[in-house]
Amino acid sequence: MATATFARFILLEARRGGLPWLALAAIVVALVLAAFLSQVALTETRELQASVMGALLRASAVFLIALHVASSTLREMNDKGLELFLSLPVPRWAQYLGRLAGFAATAAILAATCALVLLAVAAPSAVSLWALSLVMESVLVAAVALFFSMTLAQLVPAIAATAGLYLLARSMTGIQAIASSPLSEPSTAGEAARLAIDAVALLLPRLDAVTRTDWLLYGASVDGDYVRAIAGMALYAALATAAGLFDFYRRSL
Amino acid sequence: MSAEQRPLAVVPRWLWAFLAAALAGQLAWQAQPTASMRLAQDLPAAPRAAVLRLAAFGEEPALARLLMLYLQSYDYRGGNTLRYRELDYSRLTQWLHAIVELDPQGGYPLFAAARVYAEVEDPERMRHMLEFIYARFLEDPNGRWAPLAHAALLAKHRLGDLPLARRYAHDLQRMTTDPGVPLWAKQMEVFILEDMNELEAAKIMLGGMLESGTITDAEELRFLKERLDALEAASRRR
Repeated sequence: MATATFARFILLEARRGGLPWLALAAIVVALVLAAFLSQVALTETRELQASVMGALLRASAVFLIALHVASSTLREMNDKGLELFLSLPVPRWAQYLGRLAGFAATAAILAATCALVLLAVAAPSAVSLWALSLVMESVLVAAVALFFSMTLAQLVPAIAATAGLYLLARSMTGIQAIASSPLSEPSTAGEAARLAIDAVALLLPRLDAVTRTDWLLYGASVDGDYVRAIAGMALYAALATAAGLFDFYRRSL
Repeated sequence: MSAEQRPLAVVPRWLWAFLAAALAGQLAWQAQPTASMRLAQDLPAAPRAAVLRLAAFGEEPALARLLMLYLQSYDYRGGNTLRYRELDYSRLTQWLHAIVELDPQGGYPLFAAARVYAEVEDPERMRHMLEFIYARFLEDPNGRWAPLAHAALLAKHRLGDLPLARRYAHDLQRMTTDPGVPLWAKQMEVFILEDMNELEAAKIMLGGMLESGTITDAEELRFLKERLDALEAASRRR
């Protein structure tokens, strides 16, 4: 019950704040850009619109939810609201999971809204799979942003850490491929660097394999790769939640 | 940790178990290789240099080098089932052309072309890459003589195409004006002509170099005279 109450208030805050307007602005920008591209493209107009809009809306959804989670959590901490809640007879897990549920619901609504716009330029089946992936990705980013906000307790470090993890996760496969290149002289330092990169990759979600723009262009199917991508994000969200809960239990009043 | 944190003992056991299980799950999940990790694809078509310049946001040298790393990743151990020697070389040279245009002063693309991509066993691919090196050498002979010198060696020893090697060596000697270009590179044509059994031609060329007065370095003069003597001796033995 307490969890649901927390979630409800988080959702209420998101609705009454600037988030809907920012999301609307991002959608309008994407639509205007698509209209402009349709005028200048010589061929593959729909594909061009879908790819640019998909990339822009994905980045917008992730960026907005990360900023919202970090700013909301830090504002609550700075206003001493968190201390007040911690003094109440409500289990800490209920408080944390309630906040997370609220942010996850906000992320899901934001991602689904962004995906809806793409129905104008891509097939519904492809958009639905892309949308589910974006919802999971946004929920994951919300969980990570909540963890960093609670742990670092400062706005800029929390946003920087979330953005850093997200960008690293999206580029890690490319980094691993470059590190494994045999063209450079084999050396102990090079081997150590390669192993270090592989070790870091183990601790990151594989975000380069999710919410892919080519799904919108060439269609997507619920195959093994798709299920693995979604399951991998769910698993990482669970890890971020466990780590956040762990830190939250140790927080002193 | 700090005084703001409570002791670890306050963390419930179920949360310890949850954290451990989630971490173990993540490590196990990421440790397993997936089909999508094996890219198994050839190089995509290269973008135009103007597009790359736009994407560089004023950091052309940095982007050019990152693109070279990207090209390098197209090989077997880099996670791709295609080795670079099996790549589409016309696409590869398109990429190299675009990177050279992005950062004309950079040596990386021509170095990789001469030392990596030209050293394949497929003669057709090798010729393709050698012609790329030659075309780019013509734009800046003093700055790009080294890849062409290596290209001449490859043409001579790997391809066995002495006329091609001679053409490269001849243009290298003819077009480079920088005194920093070493003697061995400028004289490469002589050695190639020897291999072609064109000893007389080599003697004429060496004699011409000596009589032209452009060589002022004493060591260089001595070296060339020695080479000329050796050629004359070989010519007499025949």
